[in-house]
Amino acid sequence: METKIVETTAFNILKQAVIYLPDDVKQALQKAYAGETSETGKTQLKAILDNIALAEKYQAPVCQDTGTIIFYVKAGDKVKDLDKVEGAIINAVRKATKEVPLRPNAVDPFTQKNSGDNTGRYIPYINWEIASGSDLEMTVMTKGGGSENVCIGGMLVPGEGVKGLKKFVVDAVIKAGAQPCPPTILGIAVGGGADIAMKTAKKALLKPLNEPNADPELAKLEKEIFEAANMTGIGPMGLGGRTTVLGVHIDYAFRHPASFPAAVAFNCWATRRASARIHADGSVEYLTHKLKW
Amino acid sequence: MAVYKFKTPISEQDIRKLKVNDVLYVTGTIVTARDQAHRRALEYFQQGKPLPLNLEGLAVFHCGPVVSKEGDKWSAVAAGPTTSTRMDIFEDEFIKNFKVRVVIGKGGMGKKTTDAMAKYGAVYGAFTGGAAILAAKAIKNVRGAEWLDLGTPEALWIFEVEEFGPLAVAIDSHGNNIFLDVAKNVEANKQRIYQKLGIPT
Ligand code: SF4
Repeated sequence: METKIVETTAFNILKQAVIYLPDDVKQALQKAYAGETSETGKTQLKAILDNIALAEKYQAPVCQDTGTIIFYVKAGDKVKDLDKVEGAIINAVRKATKEVPLRPNAVDPFTQKNSGDNTGRYIPYINWEIASGSDLEMTVMTKGGGSENVCIGGMLVPGEGVKGLKKFVVDAVIKAGAQPCPPTILGIAVGGGADIAMKTAKKALLKPLNEPNADPELAKLEKEIFEAANMTGIGPMGLGGRTTVLGVHIDYAFRHPASFPAAVAFNCWATRRASARIHADGSVEYLTHKLKW
Repeated sequence: MAVYKFKTPISEQDIRKLKVNDVLYVTGTIVTARDQAHRRALEYFQQGKPLPLNLEGLAVFHCGPVVSKEGDKWSAVAAGPTTSTRMDIFEDEFIKNFKVRVVIGKGGMGKKTTDAMAKYGAVYGAFTGGAAILAAKAIKNVRGAEWLDLGTPEALWIFEVEEFGPLAVAIDSHGNNIFLDVAKNVEANKQRIYQKLGIPT
Protein backbone atom coordinates (compact mmCIF):
# COMPACT_ATOMS: atom_id res chain seq x y z
CA MET A 1 0.00 0.00 0.00
CA GLU A 2 1.37 3.38 -0.93
CA THR A 3 2.38 5.42 2.09
CA LYS A 4 1.31 8.61 0.37
CA ILE A 5 -2.27 7.32 0.15
CA VAL A 6 -2.22 6.45 3.84
CA GLU A 7 -0.95 9.92 4.68
CA THR A 8 -3.53 11.71 2.53
CA THR A 9 -6.35 9.58 3.90
CA ALA A 10 -5.24 10.15 7.51
CA PHE A 11 -5.07 13.90 6.80
CA ASN A 12 -8.51 13.88 5.23
CA ILE A 13 -10.27 12.04 8.04
CA LEU A 14 -8.57 14.25 10.62
CA LYS A 15 -9.68 17.39 8.82
CA GLN A 16 -13.20 16.00 8.36
CA ALA A 17 -13.42 15.09 12.03
CA VAL A 18 -12.47 18.49 13.44
CA ILE A 19 -14.73 20.47 11.09
CA TYR A 20 -17.82 18.30 10.52
CA LEU A 21 -19.57 16.59 13.39
CA PRO A 22 -20.92 13.13 12.52
CA ASP A 23 -24.55 13.13 11.32
CA ASP A 24 -25.72 11.01 14.24
CA VAL A 25 -24.40 13.58 16.73
CA LYS A 26 -25.95 16.48 14.84
CA GLN A 27 -29.30 14.68 14.77
CA ALA A 28 -29.10 13.97 18.49
CA LEU A 29 -28.37 17.65 19.18
CA GLN A 30 -31.31 18.75 17.04
CA LYS A 31 -33.57 16.33 18.84
CA ALA A 32 -32.29 17.57 22.19
CA TYR A 33 -32.94 21.17 21.15
CA ALA A 34 -36.51 20.34 20.21
CA GLY A 35 -37.10 18.52 23.50
CA GLU A 36 -35.32 20.87 25.92
CA THR A 37 -37.71 22.66 28.26
CA SER A 38 -35.27 24.91 30.08
CA GLU A 39 -35.10 28.22 28.25
CA THR A 40 -31.48 28.80 29.16
CA GLY A 41 -30.62 25.22 28.22
CA LYS A 42 -32.27 25.83 24.86
CA THR A 43 -30.15 28.92 24.18
CA GLN A 44 -27.05 26.78 24.70
CA LEU A 45 -28.19 24.06 22.32
CA LYS A 46 -29.10 26.70 19.77
CA ALA A 47 -25.63 28.24 20.06
CA ILE A 48 -24.10 24.78 19.57
CA LEU A 49 -26.16 24.16 16.43
CA ASP A 50 -25.34 27.63 15.06
CA ASN A 51 -21.68 27.04 15.77
CA ILE A 52 -21.73 23.69 13.95
CA ALA A 53 -23.26 25.35 10.88
CA LEU A 54 -20.67 28.15 10.97
CA ALA A 55 -17.80 25.67 11.26
CA GLU A 56 -19.07 23.89 8.15
CA LYS A 57 -19.58 27.12 6.27
CA TYR A 58 -16.10 28.43 6.99
CA GLN A 59 -14.42 25.00 7.09
CA ALA A 60 -13.00 25.84 10.50
CA PRO A 61 -12.59 23.51 13.49
CA VAL A 62 -15.86 23.29 15.37
CA CYS A 63 -14.12 23.90 18.73
CA GLN A 64 -10.86 25.72 19.49
CA ASP A 65 -9.67 22.70 21.46
CA THR A 66 -8.92 20.31 18.61
CA GLY A 67 -7.93 17.72 21.16
CA THR A 68 -5.45 14.92 21.58
CA ILE A 69 -5.25 12.90 18.39
CA ILE A 70 -5.96 9.19 18.61
CA PHE A 71 -6.06 6.71 15.73
CA TYR A 72 -7.64 3.27 15.56
CA VAL A 73 -6.13 1.21 12.76
CA LYS A 74 -7.55 -2.10 11.63
CA ALA A 75 -5.03 -3.69 9.33
CA GLY A 76 -5.71 -6.62 7.05
CA ASP A 77 -3.06 -9.33 7.31
CA LYS A 78 -2.27 -8.95 3.62
CA VAL A 79 -1.64 -5.20 3.70
CA LYS A 80 1.92 -4.39 2.66
CA ASP A 81 4.26 -1.86 4.31
CA LEU A 82 2.44 -1.82 7.63
CA ASP A 83 5.63 -0.58 9.27
CA LYS A 84 5.22 2.69 7.34
CA VAL A 85 1.69 3.45 8.54
CA GLU A 86 2.78 5.09 11.79
CA GLY A 87 5.13 7.47 9.98
CA ALA A 88 2.41 8.35 7.48
CA ILE A 89 -0.02 9.14 10.29
CA ILE A 90 2.53 11.35 12.06
CA ASN A 91 3.15 13.26 8.84
CA ALA A 92 -0.58 13.69 8.36
CA VAL A 93 -0.94 15.10 11.87
CA ARG A 94 1.88 17.60 11.35
CA LYS A 95 0.39 18.73 8.07
CA ALA A 96 -3.11 19.04 9.54
CA THR A 97 -1.80 21.07 12.47
CA LYS A 98 -0.34 23.59 10.06
CA GLU A 99 -2.98 23.61 7.37
CA VAL A 100 -6.40 23.10 9.01
CA PRO A 101 -5.07 24.55 11.48
CA LEU A 102 -5.25 22.56 14.71
CA ARG A 103 -4.28 23.88 18.11
CA PRO A 104 -0.95 22.39 19.19
CA ASN A 105 -1.95 20.17 22.10
CA ALA A 106 1.03 17.90 22.76
CA VAL A 107 3.02 18.91 25.84
CA ASP A 108 5.94 17.11 27.50
CA PRO A 109 4.62 16.42 31.01
CA PHE A 110 8.05 16.96 32.60
CA THR A 111 9.46 19.97 30.78
CA GLN A 112 6.00 21.48 30.01
CA LYS A 113 7.24 22.20 26.49
CA ASN A 114 4.67 22.11 23.73
CA SER A 115 6.01 20.34 20.63
CA GLY A 116 3.96 22.73 18.50
CA ASP A 117 2.85 20.11 15.98
CA ASN A 118 0.61 17.72 17.95
CA THR A 119 3.22 14.97 17.97
CA GLY A 120 5.42 13.65 20.73
CA ARG A 121 6.07 10.47 22.67
CA TYR A 122 3.10 8.10 21.96
CA ILE A 123 1.18 10.98 20.36
CA PRO A 124 -0.70 10.66 18.05
CA TYR A 125 -1.64 7.46 19.85
CA ILE A 126 -2.33 4.53 17.57
CA ASN A 127 -4.48 1.54 18.56
CA TRP A 128 -3.77 -1.46 16.34
CA GLU A 129 -6.01 -4.32 15.41
CA ILE A 130 -5.28 -7.13 12.95
CA ALA A 131 -8.01 -8.44 10.68
CA SER A 132 -7.93 -10.77 7.73
CA GLY A 133 -7.91 -9.36 4.22
CA SER A 134 -6.13 -6.63 2.35
CA ASP A 135 -7.94 -3.47 3.54
CA LEU A 136 -6.56 -0.86 5.90
CA GLU A 137 -9.27 0.81 7.97
CA MET A 138 -8.48 3.98 9.91
CA THR A 139 -10.56 5.89 12.41
CA VAL A 140 -9.50 9.09 14.08
CA MET A 141 -10.84 10.56 17.29
CA THR A 142 -9.70 13.93 18.58
CA LYS A 143 -10.40 14.21 22.23
CA GLY A 144 -10.91 17.56 23.96
CA GLY A 145 -9.33 18.30 27.32
CA GLY A 146 -12.48 19.44 29.11
CA SER A 147 -14.23 16.12 28.62
CA GLU A 148 -11.05 14.10 29.13
CA ASN A 149 -10.47 15.66 32.55
CA VAL A 150 -13.60 14.04 33.97
CA CYS A 151 -13.03 10.50 32.64
CA ILE A 152 -12.84 8.12 35.55
CA GLY A 153 -11.76 4.58 36.28
CA GLY A 154 -12.53 2.63 39.42
CA MET A 155 -12.34 -0.79 41.00
CA LEU A 156 -15.87 -1.62 42.13
CA VAL A 157 -16.99 -4.23 44.62
CA PRO A 158 -17.79 -7.42 42.68
CA GLY A 159 -20.62 -8.27 45.08
CA GLU A 160 -22.43 -5.04 44.18
CA GLY A 161 -22.48 -6.01 40.52
CA VAL A 162 -24.41 -3.91 38.04
CA LYS A 163 -26.00 -1.84 40.80
CA GLY A 164 -22.54 -0.67 41.84
CA LEU A 165 -21.82 0.22 38.24
CA LYS A 166 -24.97 2.32 37.93
CA LYS A 167 -24.03 4.30 41.03
CA PHE A 168 -20.49 4.75 39.77
CA VAL A 169 -21.74 6.21 36.49
CA VAL A 170 -24.39 8.49 38.01
CA ASP A 171 -21.87 9.83 40.53
CA ALA A 172 -19.34 10.45 37.74
CA VAL A 173 -21.89 12.42 35.69
CA ILE A 174 -22.84 14.52 38.71
CA LYS A 175 -19.25 15.17 39.70
CA ALA A 176 -18.38 16.17 36.12
CA GLY A 177 -21.17 18.78 36.12
CA ALA A 178 -20.57 21.55 33.62
CA GLN A 179 -16.91 20.72 33.01
CA PRO A 180 -17.13 18.42 29.97
CA CYS A 181 -19.37 20.87 28.03
CA PRO A 182 -22.59 18.88 28.32
CA PRO A 183 -24.53 17.43 26.60
CA THR A 184 -21.98 14.63 26.58
CA ILE A 185 -21.74 11.07 25.33
CA LEU A 186 -20.78 8.36 27.79
CA GLY A 187 -18.58 5.38 26.98
CA ILE A 188 -18.84 2.83 29.78
CA ALA A 189 -16.88 -0.38 30.17
CA VAL A 190 -16.39 -3.03 32.82
CA GLY A 191 -14.05 -5.97 33.21
CA GLY A 192 -10.62 -6.84 31.90
CA GLY A 193 -8.50 -4.74 34.23
CA ALA A 194 -8.01 -1.06 34.99
CA ASP A 195 -6.34 -0.30 31.65
CA ILE A 196 -8.60 -2.56 29.58
CA ALA A 197 -11.76 -1.05 31.06
CA MET A 198 -10.68 2.51 30.23
CA LYS A 199 -9.49 1.66 26.74
CA THR A 200 -12.72 -0.19 26.02
CA ALA A 201 -14.82 2.67 27.41
CA LYS A 202 -13.04 5.15 25.18
CA LYS A 203 -13.40 2.95 22.13
CA ALA A 204 -17.13 2.67 22.82
CA LEU A 205 -17.34 6.42 22.08
CA LEU A 206 -16.71 5.59 18.43
CA LYS A 207 -20.10 3.91 18.05
CA PRO A 208 -22.80 5.95 16.31
CA LEU A 209 -25.53 7.23 18.61
CA ASN A 210 -28.35 5.75 16.58
CA GLU A 211 -27.02 2.21 16.97
CA PRO A 212 -28.27 0.58 20.15
CA ASN A 213 -26.26 -2.23 21.70
CA ALA A 214 -26.60 -5.57 19.91
CA ASP A 215 -27.02 -7.26 23.29
CA PRO A 216 -30.62 -6.58 24.41
CA GLU A 217 -29.71 -6.62 28.11
CA LEU A 218 -26.97 -4.04 27.58
CA ALA A 219 -29.25 -1.99 25.33
CA LYS A 220 -31.68 -1.87 28.26
CA LEU A 221 -28.95 -0.82 30.66
CA GLU A 222 -27.79 1.89 28.24
CA LYS A 223 -31.32 3.26 28.13
CA GLU A 224 -31.65 3.14 31.90
CA ILE A 225 -28.38 5.02 32.44
CA PHE A 226 -29.28 7.51 29.70
CA GLU A 227 -32.54 8.33 31.46
CA ALA A 228 -30.88 8.51 34.88
CA ALA A 229 -28.17 10.88 33.65
CA ASN A 230 -30.79 13.15 32.12
CA MET A 231 -32.73 13.21 35.37
CA THR A 232 -29.82 14.96 37.10
CA GLY A 233 -30.93 18.36 35.81
CA ILE A 234 -27.36 19.43 34.99
CA GLY A 235 -28.48 20.40 31.50
CA PRO A 236 -26.65 21.99 28.58
CA MET A 237 -23.41 23.60 29.83
CA GLY A 238 -24.50 22.90 33.39
CA LEU A 239 -27.07 25.69 33.24
CA GLY A 240 -29.94 23.36 34.03
CA GLY A 241 -32.28 21.36 31.83
CA ARG A 242 -33.16 17.88 30.74
CA THR A 243 -30.34 17.38 28.23
CA THR A 244 -27.23 16.22 30.04
CA VAL A 245 -26.20 13.27 27.87
CA LEU A 246 -26.89 12.53 24.22
CA GLY A 247 -26.13 8.83 24.37
CA VAL A 248 -24.62 5.95 26.31
CA HIS A 249 -22.51 3.09 24.97
CA ILE A 250 -21.57 0.09 27.07
CA ASP A 251 -18.94 -2.51 26.34
CA TYR A 252 -17.16 -5.10 28.47
CA ALA A 253 -14.46 -7.69 28.85
CA PHE A 254 -14.60 -10.72 31.13
CA ARG A 255 -13.37 -9.94 34.62
CA HIS A 256 -11.21 -11.60 37.24
CA PRO A 257 -13.40 -13.17 39.96
CA ALA A 258 -11.95 -10.82 42.56
CA SER A 259 -12.18 -7.58 40.54
CA PHE A 260 -14.83 -5.42 38.96
CA PRO A 261 -12.92 -2.73 37.06
CA ALA A 262 -15.13 -0.02 35.60
CA ALA A 263 -14.50 3.07 33.49
CA VAL A 264 -16.53 6.01 32.25
CA ALA A 265 -15.17 7.96 29.30
CA PHE A 266 -16.86 11.28 28.50
CA ASN A 267 -17.01 12.92 25.14
CA CYS A 268 -18.30 16.47 24.81
CA TRP A 269 -20.97 17.54 22.32
CA ALA A 270 -18.02 18.34 20.03
CA THR A 271 -17.56 14.67 19.26
CA ARG A 272 -14.94 14.38 16.61
CA ARG A 273 -14.51 11.07 14.82
CA ALA A 274 -14.14 9.97 11.20
CA SER A 275 -13.21 6.76 9.39
CA ALA A 276 -11.99 5.58 6.00
CA ARG A 277 -11.04 2.29 4.37
CA ILE A 278 -8.18 1.96 1.93
CA HIS A 279 -8.43 -0.96 -0.48
CA ALA A 280 -5.52 -2.93 -1.91
CA ASP A 281 -5.84 -1.12 -5.25
CA GLY A 282 -5.36 2.22 -3.50
CA SER A 283 -8.97 3.35 -3.75
CA VAL A 284 -10.34 5.04 -0.63
CA GLU A 285 -13.81 4.66 0.79
CA TYR A 286 -14.80 7.36 3.31
CA LEU A 287 -17.05 5.66 5.80
CA THR A 288 -18.46 8.41 8.00
CA HIS A 289 -18.18 11.66 6.06
CA LYS A 290 -18.37 12.56 2.40
CA LEU A 291 -15.11 14.12 1.25
CA LYS A 292 -15.86 17.83 0.82
CA TRP A 293 -12.64 19.07 -0.75
CA MET B 1 -36.04 35.69 30.06
CA ALA B 2 -35.26 39.05 28.52
CA VAL B 3 -32.71 39.81 25.85
CA TYR B 4 -30.36 42.77 26.37
CA LYS B 5 -27.86 44.32 24.01
CA PHE B 6 -25.29 46.49 25.74
CA LYS B 7 -22.45 48.61 24.41
CA THR B 8 -19.25 49.08 26.39
CA PRO B 9 -18.49 50.89 28.60
CA ILE B 10 -21.47 49.45 30.48
CA SER B 11 -22.79 51.42 33.44
CA GLU B 12 -23.50 49.92 36.84
CA GLN B 13 -27.08 51.02 36.46
CA ASP B 14 -27.51 49.05 33.23
CA ILE B 15 -25.82 45.94 34.56
CA ARG B 16 -28.16 45.90 37.55
CA LYS B 17 -31.13 45.53 35.19
CA LEU B 18 -30.00 42.01 34.34
CA LYS B 19 -31.42 38.98 36.12
CA VAL B 20 -30.27 35.38 35.92
CA ASN B 21 -31.56 33.56 32.80
CA ASP B 22 -31.56 36.78 30.78
CA VAL B 23 -29.58 36.75 27.56
CA LEU B 24 -26.95 39.39 26.90
CA TYR B 25 -25.10 40.45 23.77
CA VAL B 26 -22.12 42.75 24.15
CA THR B 27 -20.86 45.21 21.55
CA GLY B 28 -17.64 47.12 22.08
CA THR B 29 -14.46 46.05 23.80
CA ILE B 30 -13.79 42.76 25.54
CA VAL B 31 -10.46 41.68 26.95
CA THR B 32 -9.26 38.12 27.45
CA ALA B 33 -7.59 37.12 30.68
CA ARG B 34 -6.77 33.70 32.09
CA ASP B 35 -5.03 32.83 35.36
CA GLN B 36 -1.72 34.48 34.64
CA ALA B 37 -3.13 37.71 33.25
CA HIS B 38 -5.42 37.98 36.28
CA ARG B 39 -2.47 37.54 38.60
CA ARG B 40 -0.35 40.11 36.77
CA ALA B 41 -3.16 42.65 36.59
CA LEU B 42 -3.67 42.42 40.34
CA GLU B 43 0.08 42.76 40.92
CA TYR B 44 0.13 45.89 38.76
CA PHE B 45 -2.75 47.31 40.75
CA GLN B 46 -0.93 46.75 44.03
CA GLN B 47 2.18 48.41 42.66
CA GLY B 48 0.13 51.31 41.33
CA LYS B 49 1.14 50.52 37.74
CA PRO B 50 -1.50 51.19 35.06
CA LEU B 51 -2.88 48.35 32.94
CA PRO B 52 -2.48 48.51 29.14
CA LEU B 53 -6.05 49.81 29.04
CA ASN B 54 -8.73 50.98 31.43
CA LEU B 55 -11.12 48.07 32.04
CA GLU B 56 -13.93 50.05 33.64
CA GLY B 57 -17.28 49.10 32.11
CA LEU B 58 -15.74 46.46 29.84
CA ALA B 59 -16.09 42.68 29.70
CA VAL B 60 -13.34 40.26 30.67
CA PHE B 61 -13.33 36.98 28.75
CA HIS B 62 -11.85 33.72 30.09
CA CYS B 63 -10.40 32.54 26.83
CA GLY B 64 -7.17 31.34 25.24
CA PRO B 65 -7.88 32.05 21.59
CA VAL B 66 -6.41 30.46 18.49
CA VAL B 67 -4.98 33.47 16.68
CA SER B 68 -3.21 34.01 13.40
CA LYS B 69 -0.98 36.83 12.26
CA GLU B 70 -0.66 38.23 8.78
CA GLY B 71 1.99 40.91 8.53
CA ASP B 72 1.52 42.67 11.84
CA LYS B 73 -2.25 42.19 11.92
CA TRP B 74 -3.68 39.63 14.31
CA SER B 75 -7.00 37.87 13.84
CA ALA B 76 -8.98 35.47 16.02
CA VAL B 77 -9.57 32.09 14.36
CA ALA B 78 -11.34 30.33 17.23
CA ALA B 79 -12.16 31.82 20.59
CA GLY B 80 -14.36 29.68 22.81
CA PRO B 81 -14.42 30.14 26.58
CA THR B 82 -12.26 28.26 29.04
CA THR B 83 -13.34 26.93 32.44
CA SER B 84 -13.85 29.87 34.78
CA THR B 85 -13.31 28.12 38.10
CA ARG B 86 -9.56 28.61 37.81
CA MET B 87 -10.06 32.38 37.96
CA ASP B 88 -12.35 32.22 40.99
CA ILE B 89 -9.46 33.03 43.35
CA PHE B 90 -8.79 36.35 41.59
CA GLU B 91 -12.15 37.53 40.32
CA ASP B 92 -13.52 39.34 43.36
CA GLU B 93 -10.45 41.58 43.58
CA PHE B 94 -10.45 41.97 39.83
CA ILE B 95 -14.05 43.21 39.79
CA LYS B 96 -13.46 45.48 42.75
CA ASN B 97 -10.26 47.07 41.45
CA PHE B 98 -10.97 47.36 37.73
CA LYS B 99 -14.77 47.72 37.68
CA VAL B 100 -15.34 45.27 34.85
CA ARG B 101 -19.07 44.80 34.38
CA VAL B 102 -19.22 41.44 32.62
CA VAL B 103 -17.19 38.29 33.19
CA ILE B 104 -17.50 35.80 30.32
CA GLY B 105 -16.58 32.15 30.60
CA LYS B 106 -17.91 28.63 30.95
CA GLY B 107 -18.72 26.40 33.88
CA GLY B 108 -19.59 29.14 36.36
CA MET B 109 -17.98 30.69 39.43
CA GLY B 110 -18.42 30.43 43.17
CA LYS B 111 -19.78 32.29 46.13
CA LYS B 112 -16.94 34.79 46.53
CA THR B 113 -17.28 36.03 42.96
CA THR B 114 -21.07 36.09 43.29
CA ASP B 115 -20.77 38.32 46.35
CA ALA B 116 -18.35 40.67 44.59
CA MET B 117 -20.72 40.92 41.63
CA ALA B 118 -23.56 41.89 43.94
CA LYS B 119 -21.44 44.41 45.79
CA TYR B 120 -19.76 46.18 42.87
CA GLY B 121 -22.27 45.57 40.07
CA ALA B 122 -21.17 42.93 37.57
CA VAL B 123 -22.60 39.79 35.96
CA TYR B 124 -21.28 36.46 34.76
CA GLY B 125 -22.24 35.63 31.18
CA ALA B 126 -21.92 31.96 30.28
CA PHE B 127 -20.77 31.53 26.72
CA THR B 128 -21.48 28.11 25.23
CA GLY B 129 -18.46 25.89 25.73
CA GLY B 130 -16.81 24.88 22.48
CA ALA B 131 -18.74 27.37 20.37
CA ALA B 132 -15.48 28.78 19.12
CA ILE B 133 -16.52 29.88 15.66
CA LEU B 134 -19.62 31.63 16.91
CA ALA B 135 -17.33 33.63 19.19
CA ALA B 136 -14.66 34.26 16.57
CA LYS B 137 -17.21 35.57 14.07
CA ALA B 138 -18.38 38.20 16.55
CA ILE B 139 -14.82 39.47 16.94
CA LYS B 140 -14.52 42.16 14.31
CA ASN B 141 -11.07 43.41 15.11
CA VAL B 142 -8.10 42.54 17.29
CA ARG B 143 -7.24 45.94 18.69
CA GLY B 144 -4.33 44.89 20.80
CA ALA B 145 -2.21 42.04 22.05
CA GLU B 146 -0.58 42.78 25.38
CA TRP B 147 1.54 40.67 27.68
CA LEU B 148 2.47 38.29 24.88
CA ASP B 149 5.39 37.16 27.03
CA LEU B 150 2.82 35.03 28.90
CA GLY B 151 2.24 33.02 25.70
CA THR B 152 -0.61 33.54 23.23
CA PRO B 153 -3.29 31.67 25.22
CA GLU B 154 -2.48 33.61 28.41
CA ALA B 155 -1.93 37.02 26.84
CA LEU B 156 -4.29 39.95 27.19
CA TRP B 157 -6.17 40.15 23.89
CA ILE B 158 -8.19 43.27 23.26
CA PHE B 159 -11.08 42.45 20.95
CA GLU B 160 -13.59 44.71 19.32
CA VAL B 161 -16.81 42.76 19.13
CA GLU B 162 -20.26 43.11 17.67
CA GLU B 163 -23.16 41.44 19.43
CA PHE B 164 -20.90 38.99 21.16
CA GLY B 165 -23.12 36.23 22.55
CA PRO B 166 -25.51 34.79 23.39
CA LEU B 167 -24.33 35.11 26.97
CA ALA B 168 -26.60 33.41 29.46
CA VAL B 169 -26.63 35.58 32.55
CA ALA B 170 -25.75 32.90 35.08
CA ILE B 171 -24.71 35.16 37.97
CA ASP B 172 -26.45 38.50 38.31
CA SER B 173 -25.66 41.49 40.50
CA HIS B 174 -28.38 40.58 42.99
CA GLY B 175 -26.73 37.52 44.50
CA ASN B 176 -28.31 34.91 42.22
CA ASN B 177 -26.15 32.15 40.77
CA ILE B 178 -27.66 29.56 38.42
CA PHE B 179 -24.76 27.18 38.88
CA LEU B 180 -25.20 27.09 42.64
CA ASP B 181 -28.95 26.59 42.17
CA VAL B 182 -28.41 23.79 39.65
CA ALA B 183 -25.95 22.11 42.04
CA LYS B 184 -28.58 22.13 44.80
CA ASN B 185 -31.20 20.80 42.44
CA VAL B 186 -28.88 18.05 41.19
CA GLU B 187 -28.15 16.95 44.75
CA ALA B 188 -31.89 16.59 45.35
CA ASN B 189 -32.39 14.73 42.07
CA LYS B 190 -29.58 12.36 42.95
CA GLN B 191 -31.67 10.78 45.67
CA ARG B 192 -34.56 10.25 43.25
CA ILE B 193 -32.21 8.67 40.72
CA TYR B 194 -30.72 6.33 43.32
CA GLN B 195 -34.21 5.27 44.27
CA LYS B 196 -35.22 4.63 40.68
CA LEU B 197 -32.11 2.54 40.04
CA GLY B 198 -32.51 0.64 43.31
CA ILE B 199 -29.25 1.95 44.73
CA PRO B 200 -29.24 1.95 48.54
CA THR B 201 -28.52 5.39 50.01
S1 SF4 C 1 -14.91 19.96 26.36
FE1 SF4 C 1 -15.16 19.66 24.17
S2 SF4 C 1 -16.53 21.29 23.45
FE2 SF4 C 1 -15.76 21.86 25.48
S3 SF4 C 1 -13.99 23.18 25.04
FE3 SF4 C 1 -13.23 21.07 25.35
S4 SF4 C 1 -13.17 20.13 23.31
FE4 SF4 C 1 -14.42 21.98 23.16
